[in-house]
Amino acid sequence: MIQHIILANGGAGGTNLDPLYGKVMFWILAVLAVSGGLAMILVRQAVHCALMLAVVMLSLAVMYAMQGAPFLAFVQVIVYTGAVLMLFLFVVMLIGVTSAESLKETIRGQRLWAGLAGIGLAVLLIVGIGHAAIGTAAPQTSANSTDNLTGVAQLIFTTYVFPFEITSALLITAALGAMVLAHRERTSPKPTQREVARRKIESGQVAPEPPPGVYALHNAVDMPARLPDGSTTSRSVSSAIAQRDVELGLDPRADIATDLAAEERIETERQLEAGARGREDQ
Amino acid sequence: MSPAAYVFLAVILFVIGAVGVLIRRNAILIFMSVELMLNACNLAFVSFARLHGNLDGQVVAFFVMVVAAAEVVVGLAILMAIYRARKSASVDDANLLKY
Repeated sequence: MIQHIILANGGAGGTNLDPLYGKVMFWILAVLAVSGGLAMILVRQAVHCALMLAVVMLSLAVMYAMQGAPFLAFVQVIVYTGAVLMLFLFVVMLIGVTSAESLKETIRGQRLWAGLAGIGLAVLLIVGIGHAAIGTAAPQTSANSTDNLTGVAQLIFTTYVFPFEITSALLITAALGAMVLAHRERTSPKPTQREVARRKIESGQVAPEPPPGVYALHNAVDMPARLPDGSTTSRSVSSAIAQRDVELGLDPRADIATDLAAEERIETERQLEAGARGREDQ
Repeated sequence: MSPAAYVFLAVILFVIGAVGVLIRRNAILIFMSVELMLNACNLAFVSFARLHGNLDGQVVAFFVMVVAAAEVVVGLAILMAIYRARKSASVDDANLLKY
């Protein structure tokens, strides 16, 4: 059956897929695609949205293969699911994970009216297409008679050769534009190694921040490290992870109040010790 | 399945994408909804190509994919620049021209 789908590039209606297979596959994939799309616009987390979009795109890829477009099916998987969606995930990881979406409506009743407008658009389009009497597929896909890939290549490099050439200019422009937009101009001179070292000594904390999980019960990234007196320090846990723990209702083990008290105690001890040493020197 | 069923599915996906653009506040998710709309258009193009028995629709869908890839690259770069300046990806926070 897999071979049937992938090689569906000739025969009646542009596909040699068994009609029964076609029906079953269509309904499975249609349910998958629509529920994936609905989940995409309703789910809160941006990463989950991206994964739902991947589900929709992969089911559409199989549909292309079923409709006699195996080349487009592969392009869909490689370009959309492989490149575009991974780019989305990169950007979500860079900026989207910590920025929780606010549920406050800037325009009052916007969600309600957007839903109504969506239903209206759906009714309009479905009624319009329902009246159009689309009919059945053409009996023989003449351009597909040899091979889908050959047919598409012939069209791209003859009829559509100028749009194809313009596409290359578009892609180069987009790559350059992305580089220019994502480039960050340095406004201050780069600090030298001497300046970095001096700043570190002057800040009072010479050693790096404690990593999470040090001397804790579990060695996990959401486990705050322990200070010498046994209390935990919240500064050892990334703020994004701490926020996630709070959102998920997990035990926020990094209690800031106890941390501050512990650090204060350590600071007092250090001062006392320094004073004692000072007296010894005298 | 007849091409009409695929066209109806494309319409439903397009409407879902349009509603997503209207209700989401995060600019990345709005971009994702736009991608869903473009995918729905591609499905309609491929279905019409099968309906007419030629490959022009498939070639147009191919061009739509190329343009969508370029659009995503530039759009996400702009989003990164806005995030750097305003520390937020919400479309409500980009209102500098308002006052």
